[in-house]
Amino acid sequence: MALATADVVGILGDNLRLRGSVLPIPNRRAVHWTRGLELRRGGATVLYTGQMYQLVPYIERLVAAEQQLADSPLARFTGLGRRVNRIVNVSAFMGRPSRTERERSEEAPRRVVALLRGAGVEPGCLFEDDLYSGTLAYDLGLDELVAAHARRVQAVLRRHGVRTAITIDPHTTHMLRTIYPTLLDGWDVDVRSYLEVLAGALAPADALTAAPYASPPPAPVSGSGAAAVALHDSCVYARHEGVVEEPRRLLAAAGVAVLEPEQAGKFTWCCGGPAEALFPERALATAQQRVAQLRAVSSECVTMCPLCLVNLSKAADGAVRFRDIAEVLLDARGDR
Amino acid sequence: MTALATVGGAALGDKLRALGAFDAETCMSCGICTATCPLGIDVLPRQLLRHAALGLEQRIRDEQEVVFSCLLCRACEQSCPAGVHIAQDIRLLRRWLLEQGGE
Ligand code: SF4
Ligand code: SF4
Repeated sequence: MALATADVVGILGDNLRLRGSVLPIPNRRAVHWTRGLELRRGGATVLYTGQMYQLVPYIERLVAAEQQLADSPLARFTGLGRRVNRIVNVSAFMGRPSRTERERSEEAPRRVVALLRGAGVEPGCLFEDDLYSGTLAYDLGLDELVAAHARRVQAVLRRHGVRTAITIDPHTTHMLRTIYPTLLDGWDVDVRSYLEVLAGALAPADALTAAPYASPPPAPVSGSGAAAVALHDSCVYARHEGVVEEPRRLLAAAGVAVLEPEQAGKFTWCCGGPAEALFPERALATAQQRVAQLRAVSSECVTMCPLCLVNLSKAADGAVRFRDIAEVLLDARGDR
Repeated sequence: MTALATVGGAALGDKLRALGAFDAETCMSCGICTATCPLGIDVLPRQLLRHAALGLEQRIRDEQEVVFSCLLCRACEQSCPAGVHIAQDIRLLRRWLLEQGGE
């Protein structure tokens, strides 16, 4: 264990309670991905990022900072650091992600906007009101904090007149669709992953040609991406939210053949990401096992969650290329 | 339930049920979950569920690192013949441990 578990949980919980996110990122950073997209503010249907993709480089820095702290004599003062964190944001002292890291994390929501527009969906955006969903804090058992935070999210969505929230990652999808109804009275927002929205917009002919578990012969694609990819299912999409067929149908319709690794669909193997903040060594070992399963099928792999992407890429150490499904879908369209 | 569960278990089981839908008592202790868990930790999750169902509070406190290691990935639930809500049970143990720690 890198640090006393309760201290790390406490730091993350304090941040959610006091600052609205487990790892507060400056507002201008959280909305930077919207630049030049001319997205409508609010409206009945919005793209709700829950800041997950944008948070990933900051989570990475926290893990690095924790490892340094755990290796130093300061480790025994983390209880103190935790108390200080109530007043001063301790995460402000961790290294800032580089511009390249930040910009890479902003690409996913931008690509999702392009894909939705390609399918004739013009989503609104909540900009600085697009709040973190509380997923990590919920996993850690900080339910009261998450319930209070969920009420803030509910108030914001009501204020903007949101009826449908299109999410871009599995964790935010799960929180808003399955957990919020258990925490809130009168939660009536229709929550859908963009993969479900895009799959729903596929022409029936495309849907028929898509064979979810087969490996059709690679079709020529217009971009520079791979014509056949190994697909890594997110545990949360596949087992918690039942999103299994949609990514397969979308890839097949885009002419990208899906190669199934050992343990696919509802039997997928975790990337280790959820253990990253508290148990980095275990997270790495789990990710390495998954990389081996994927690598046995292809050196081109596709993920659909920012945590899977970063954790598996790190474990692969360059031996396998991991790309987000939004990138692969756009690439196949010849338009990144 | 065994006599041990009645003596030590009622209190912890009730506390956990007050926090949410705790159902570790429905576990048949077959071990399929442990065989499918990607973490490969002996105690996770079958023994941990047993300790919780038996109300062995100190065991759970001693196993807190294991409680917080779980990925909540539900690979175990996918194969559990008794339909135990393993990830939810483990999340409730986290809540209980954090409350114990003065959270
Ligand atoms: S698979 Fe289900 S019934 Fe079997 S030990 Fe695990 S939790 Fe208990
Ligand atoms: S939910 Fe936890 S106990 Fe179950 S398989 Fe995943 S890591 Fe193992």
